[in-house]
Amino acid sequence: MANSNYNELTHNGLWKNNVALVQVLGLCPLLAITTTTINGIGLGIATTLTLVLSNITVSLIRHSVRPEIRIPVFVLIIASFVTAIELAMNAYFHDLYKILGIFIPLIVTNCAILGRAEAFASKNAVVPSFIDGLMMGVGFSAILILLGAIREALGMGTLFAQAHLMFGEAGEWMTVTLIDDYNGFLLAILPPGAFIGLGLLIALKNVIDQRVQKKAAQVASPTATEDAIPAPSMAK
Amino acid sequence: MPFNAPTSPHQLAPTSITRVMMLVILALIPGIAAYVWFFGWGVVVNICIAVVTALSCEALILKLRQRPVLPFLSDGSAVLTAVLIALTLPPLSPWWITVIGVAFAIIIAKQLYGGLGYNPFNPAMVGYVMLLISFPREMTSWIPPNELADSSLGFIDTAMFILFSTLPDGISFDALTEATPLDSLKTHLALGNTVDEVRAQLGLDAEASRVLSVIPIFGAIGGKGWEWIGGGFLLGGLWLIYTKVISWHIPVAMLGSLLAISALFYLIDPAHFATPMFHLFSGAAMLGAFFIATDPVTAASSNRGKIIYGCGIGLFTYIIRTWGGYPDAVAFAVLLMNMCAPLIDHYFKSSVFGHKK
Repeated sequence: MANSNYNELTHNGLWKNNVALVQVLGLCPLLAITTTTINGIGLGIATTLTLVLSNITVSLIRHSVRPEIRIPVFVLIIASFVTAIELAMNAYFHDLYKILGIFIPLIVTNCAILGRAEAFASKNAVVPSFIDGLMMGVGFSAILILLGAIREALGMGTLFAQAHLMFGEAGEWMTVTLIDDYNGFLLAILPPGAFIGLGLLIALKNVIDQRVQKKAAQVASPTATEDAIPAPSMAK
Repeated sequence: MPFNAPTSPHQLAPTSITRVMMLVILALIPGIAAYVWFFGWGVVVNICIAVVTALSCEALILKLRQRPVLPFLSDGSAVLTAVLIALTLPPLSPWWITVIGVAFAIIIAKQLYGGLGYNPFNPAMVGYVMLLISFPREMTSWIPPNELADSSLGFIDTAMFILFSTLPDGISFDALTEATPLDSLKTHLALGNTVDEVRAQLGLDAEASRVLSVIPIFGAIGGKGWEWIGGGFLLGGLWLIYTKVISWHIPVAMLGSLLAISALFYLIDPAHFATPMFHLFSGAAMLGAFFIATDPVTAASSNRGKIIYGCGIGLFTYIIRTWGGYPDAVAFAVLLMNMCAPLIDHYFKSSVFGHKK
């Protein structure tokens, strides 16, 4: 029973209720920072870490916080973790920290994190909250990295450029130049490219869901089509 | 989101989308002819590439959307979009510029919004602006009109250059290109020169050009050819109004407001602001007024709404041309007013038939 519960949490976080594609939360860093794959990886790890730590902490204190003041308490917890992560990144990944700039402290205001604290961690035990935070974070990071890779490949013709920011000198080999002498498709790097790219990714997810649903409907009895695509909730 | 259409009863005009689109394309011919005369065969090659791309993209997306392909393909709207984009490109742009621009216009700006009749933004202008932002170097490599050029290319050479970027021996691409009149005026004004000095530097006597600029057909600022192209589009546009394919409201409002605001600034400070006629007959003003702003899908629909819509385009064109970052601004102005069109339609509905005002 518990096992299938974790499977469902994983499926929710990675696909069915993906933070970026379905909940459409945390758009600000998602759109602003995904100009390169490495940026996406860096912000993805920082966000996932915050999500996991804040989910665990909120779940631990869920019985001792009065509901009237729960939101300020959650924000304080998230802010403390983000500050710690920010200082750590400044110390160990200083160049990447400089590129990501304001978007690291802004993780505090990422609705996805507060959303998970409020909607899941404050109502569930520690282990499910940990799994939920991890899977939501990984799902979000996957989209960050995918969008970063698409925009970098279209915009600059490379993949994993500036990998040394993340992995040091040892990571230099990761940089792939897809096309030599690439002119650069500036739109992909500029903000409109982020919006168009995210829109196409959401469309792609919906198409895949529809295909899967159709197949499931063909295999199973015709009444089993209730599991419709959840409508994306609009938030900042 | 429902957009307000004018109230019923609707009179059915004895015409079809295909006929309207074909008439509009026919009306472009004088302008295109002037274009070919002054800037060589590049525009014809660009139009061919653009039309083929547009039809293939339209067919592909219609097929993916499981819509009937032939009826939509033959309505001519994709062809018109393609021709308009080709007219806004520098004559010697490489083929992939045209292909990317047209594909973006048809797929993203038109079909993803639901196809003809559902697109809130003018597809041709979306494609052009995307190219201008993404490929600034290619999009500003204009060639000078034939009579001012040291060397010009024949049809075969032009096609070879666009498709394979090979040039005949002894000609370099840099020798072929030159900034447009709007562009060089902007650059020189930014350097602190006055309009008169710019004219003197570009080869025309200041006194003579002041006299001539009243009739810009003779070429005010080394911009020979541009006025003829503008004149060609003006002629085609007037014919469209005469045949009632478009109404007079949007072109008159747009050109009128552009004329009024440029005249105002010219009277205040003739040294630093170009003449009204220069604004009307440069860049895409004429093409925009008659062929782009009048797109029935993306413009305001009531008559009063059309006048406000047109005035907005004229004002934005002048503002962005004079104080903005780009030399020409018709595309930006059209897109900005496309955004306002539903709001304009909301406030300026045409009065219901039979009601008193």
